[in-house]
Amino acid sequence: MTSTTSVVSAPIEVLRPPVAPRRSAFTLLFGDLASAGITVATGGLLVLAAPKMLEWAIFDAVFVTDDPRACQGAGACWAFVADKLRFILFGVYPPEEQWRPLAVIGLIIAGVLMTLSPALWGRRLVLGWGLIIGAMLALMWGGFLRLAFVPTSSWGGLPVTLLLAVLSLGLGFPFAVLLALGRRSAKPVARVLSVFTIEIVRGLPLVGLLFVASILLPLLLPADWTIDKLGRTVAALTVFSAAYLAEVIRGGLQGVPAGQDEAARALGIPYWKTVWHIVLPQAIQKVIPPLTNTAIVMVKNTSLVMIVGVFDMLNAGRSAATDPAWPAPYAETYLFVAAAYFLICYGISRYSLWLERRVRERDYR
Amino acid sequence: MIETSQPPRAADMTQAEPAVRIEAVHKWYGAYHALKGVNLDIRRGERVVVCGPSGSGKSTLIRCVNRLEDHQSGHIVVNGVELTGNLRNIDAVRRDVGMVFQHFNLFPHLSVLDNCAVPLVLARRTPRAEAEATARHFLERVRIPEQAHKFPGQLSGGQQQRVAIARALCMQPKIMLFDEPTSALDPEMVKEVLDTMVALAEEGMTMIVVTHEMGFARRVADRVVFMDQGEIVESAPPEMFFANPASERTRAFLSQIVH
Ligand SMILES: Nc1ncnc2c1ncn2[C@@H]1O[C@H](COP(=O)(O)OP(=O)(O)OP(=O)(O)O)[C@@H](O)[C@H]1O
Ligand SMILES: [Mg+2]
Repeated sequence: MTSTTSVVSAPIEVLRPPVAPRRSAFTLLFGDLASAGITVATGGLLVLAAPKMLEWAIFDAVFVTDDPRACQGAGACWAFVADKLRFILFGVYPPEEQWRPLAVIGLIIAGVLMTLSPALWGRRLVLGWGLIIGAMLALMWGGFLRLAFVPTSSWGGLPVTLLLAVLSLGLGFPFAVLLALGRRSAKPVARVLSVFTIEIVRGLPLVGLLFVASILLPLLLPADWTIDKLGRTVAALTVFSAAYLAEVIRGGLQGVPAGQDEAARALGIPYWKTVWHIVLPQAIQKVIPPLTNTAIVMVKNTSLVMIVGVFDMLNAGRSAATDPAWPAPYAETYLFVAAAYFLICYGISRYSLWLERRVRERDYR
Repeated sequence: MIETSQPPRAADMTQAEPAVRIEAVHKWYGAYHALKGVNLDIRRGERVVVCGPSGSGKSTLIRCVNRLEDHQSGHIVVNGVELTGNLRNIDAVRRDVGMVFQHFNLFPHLSVLDNCAVPLVLARRTPRAEAEATARHFLERVRIPEQAHKFPGQLSGGQQQRVAIARALCMQPKIMLFDEPTSALDPEMVKEVLDTMVALAEEGMTMIVVTHEMGFARRVADRVVFMDQGEIVESAPPEMFFANPASERTRAFLSQIVH
């Protein structure tokens, strides 16, 4: 080359991305007239409400007492929650056997921990959950070795809530996959059947389904087919979650390009293996947020089983609060139960955020 | 590269039996007539380049060869197996036929190594370790063994397409189909993919390649087939095809793409 190029001798300045100017808390709260108005109004409400709340929940509250009368005229009666804790958590399960539902809670936590890492998702995990569910039901029922038999009518509290949630989501999921595949199928029979099921179930309120399962089903089935009430409730919740999950999964399936399925077919991978190993993992990754949403909704939906007389945690709490010895501590009980639901649902929500970030980090196009 | 001999043939197949026989094939999409009586025989070891204007049915034709599309009349026989509704036959044909797509169609949730190994496990029940060894072998052949642990989304287009070729080769196909393997690539990546294909051709692979890369056609094709409106208009060795096309439609097409 003959032409000379001038060389910039000055050291090149390292360029940093410009820092977005931070908006101070003051401008956020009082930046314009509307913000200022809202800030003052909510601030005022807080100032008015906070002292009374603190007074009730803490300063005037009774934390420990053996005597229900101590709560008379006082603030929150947390002593009641402490006193009835076992009843709220385990219902009318025989007190001397309550280590069993406690172990069931432990099993569920173990199962959930085992499920957290996507690296472990696969056939073994499904088998693992099958074993866990079997073990949980066996523990709750008993009637073998030297475990006393406990009928499902005596089951109650948190294990029932967790069992209902895990069973309805876990059993609902495979049905949901079938319904979603069916709805996209080229085969008219599969398609019509899936659309029909999904639309019927989604068109009914859950309470209606629960009534159908608990009252109508026994009337329709032959008299000697006694299906347990809890079993019928699980069936209703499963059908319900399957219909909702199916629509979520269908959304995910639509997001998987046709080329994925074509590549799998060209490679000679059989249909069901393609679904399980190629299409579903991608579909599910695309719908983590709505799946989480459905899971959270289903956890909370289990509280509706109270209507057909199943003793879940909310029902156990409500029934504990009717004890005439104590001065109607409904607010305390419901707050406690609400906190338990919140912990579960918030946990699911945080987990899904982590999962989404993990998926993004793989840098998909 | 050394010209290797072809893999041993099944005993019941005669020397004369073509690798692919396409006979009077008609194909409709609904009411749209996409293939109008196509005849094409492809010998073992032959490299055929298919070209033609957009919508002329090139993709449809090669997708019929591994039954990604079905044809409504005529016969398609691959390595002696006729493609009908019979699922066994379809499986048998797909065993012998590998395919490379315009948009790669790699599995984005699997690592590069798994993209090559998992299909072997799923389709052939190959033990995992053996499948991985095969995958590494073919990744080496397309010269990207160092990318094995990455995910497809982290590779360039040319690298992805080479992985897709390796993935197809892992299944040890006797025939390879390519549907515009370079047309989704940036120009600087076209060469690396074409080089891989040339190497494959030199090893004696039977190849049907839909492409507009006329340089590739000149260099490796035994025959160039020109399609238009669902028909094969012309089929000739590249020297004749480019120098002296018989049909007016071919000449019009060539004048548009060859500068
Ligand atoms: N699934 C389908 N349904 C309906 N029509 C289709 C379908 N696939 C292709 N066609 C039509 O069939 C014709 C041939 O399509 P094909 O994809 O085989 O063309 P092509 O030669 O590969 O074109 P290109 O160079 O654009 O890839 C086109 O007119 C196309 O619109
Ligand atoms: Mg095409």
